[in-house]
Amino acid sequence: MDLTVLLVKGLIILVIFAITLGIAAYSTYAERKVAAFLQDRIGPNRAGPWGLMQPLADAGKMFFKEDFIPAQASKWLFILGPCLAMLTALMSSAVIPFGDTIKFDNYAIPVQAIEINIGVLYIFGVVSLGVYGIMVGGWASNNKFSLLGAIRAASQNISYEIALGLSLIAILMMSGSLSLKAIIDEQATFFEWNIFTQPLGFVIFLTCAFAECNRTPFDLPECETELVGGYHTEYSSMKLGFYLFAEYINMFVSSAFISALYFGGFHYPFMNEISQALEKSLGAITGHNVATAIGVVGYFGKIFFFIFFFMWVRWTLPRFRYDQLMNLGWKTFIPLAILNVVLTGAGLLYNFKYATWLIAIVMIVLAVSTMTRTPKREVMPQRTV
Amino acid sequence: MQLTNRSKQVSNKEMTLAEKMYLPAVIGGLAITIRHFFRKKPTIQYPEVKRYLGPIYRGHHILKRDEQGRERCTACGLCAVACPAEAISMVAAERKKGEESLYREEKYAAVYEINMLRCIFCGLCEEACPKQAVYLRHDKMVPVFQERDEVIYGKDKLVEKMDDRYIRANNSEVKTTPTEPSLTRAAT
Repeated sequence: MDLTVLLVKGLIILVIFAITLGIAAYSTYAERKVAAFLQDRIGPNRAGPWGLMQPLADAGKMFFKEDFIPAQASKWLFILGPCLAMLTALMSSAVIPFGDTIKFDNYAIPVQAIEINIGVLYIFGVVSLGVYGIMVGGWASNNKFSLLGAIRAASQNISYEIALGLSLIAILMMSGSLSLKAIIDEQATFFEWNIFTQPLGFVIFLTCAFAECNRTPFDLPECETELVGGYHTEYSSMKLGFYLFAEYINMFVSSAFISALYFGGFHYPFMNEISQALEKSLGAITGHNVATAIGVVGYFGKIFFFIFFFMWVRWTLPRFRYDQLMNLGWKTFIPLAILNVVLTGAGLLYNFKYATWLIAIVMIVLAVSTMTRTPKREVMPQRTV
Repeated sequence: MQLTNRSKQVSNKEMTLAEKMYLPAVIGGLAITIRHFFRKKPTIQYPEVKRYLGPIYRGHHILKRDEQGRERCTACGLCAVACPAEAISMVAAERKKGEESLYREEKYAAVYEINMLRCIFCGLCEEACPKQAVYLRHDKMVPVFQERDEVIYGKDKLVEKMDDRYIRANNSEVKTTPTEPSLTRAAT
């Protein structure tokens, strides 16, 4: 490891850090734009062209507001809450491989902040730490609404983490590795993307990711109709800003995680042919680097689609009731995820990767048959007065 | 009363398996919202684009002149009496020799002031005026105030300019209803 490698590595870490922050900042803008467009409005368009300066204006507003700490609050924990939320959110993007390798001289450096062979475990550990930010902040506020929000966040995250982990185990069984890079390399050809081999796992994972990020339909920790503001009721100024910002970073990281696990990460169809053609025409090193760049762009396309999807769902679905949330998590997702693991294992015994389609097909058949068997609901005309 | 036939009867019966899976309903909802995403937005960019507010909008006051450019107002004070917000005040004066081209009759308003913070734009001054002197323009609003001393509008801001005369029905878009009393008077 000599100096240039260290420098390039440092540069990659800095760039990933900056990109994470930038994407989180512009997610707030995108959220408002998407919300507006889905509701036939235009959204922020006053600050700069198309309102592109809006995140700066929002941040400026946040910084200049009064930073209030309630008298009865536990002061240090109150400050620690948003710090923890922000810290854990930023930590998790470190292990995501955004691209293949950059080659120069005779070095090949992966486009990834840290290459560890337990990337998936690392993300899980950090994400489950993230709930402490909410817990600590909600408890330290010394406010019933905040405490209820924090309790909800904790129980929801714990419940959904199980299903999240179980749906992931099927993938780990298929790739035989905990390294995100190895999982991505497993999905080299288009029809081996895990979305095609693990459709049910994908649905479970996606739903649980929504719950882990505290996004609508599962944003019970901060549901304003019941809990005023949930865990951040007492927060103001940039502390509140950090909580909101951490949520958007989490959204970015989980989008990246989903696209790495199920959509082949930086892979795209006909990737090998394209990279070979590039290496032939541009020379081995530049060709490889250009191919890597295309992969990175493709990966960010997938990430942006999922961020958009998160927003799209947020502005479509109403919030679940708390008992519905728990029923869905414990009684539906965990059994389904276990079944998914069992079937994947059985399929792997016979070297057949697409075994879990069986569950999906059975579910569709059952659904269709029950739908046709039940008598169609009479649509009664409304009584006119 | 049934307004649309899109309303659906809800029932309390148990959900079928397909409904319990939520996914068909979720996908249906997503399809609906994404259609709205690409729909044309009805927003009007207000300060840059202004909407035509209709021929009977009551906006900025104007003190009309007649065809020869003489002020119509005779300071009779009926508008001030009619004003429910007591926004109008005036000082009457007698017309001097040589001012016949400025004022139509022997008496005129030397000072005519409307307090725009008090005015509620009800249009009763317009109705009360026997000389068809005061009108509320349909095409111009009173701008937002920045300072308190901008609030009282005197004759300098109210009297009609001869190069920019105000006629209520000059716009071809204007669709007048003949039963509207103030409009039939405006035509005279």
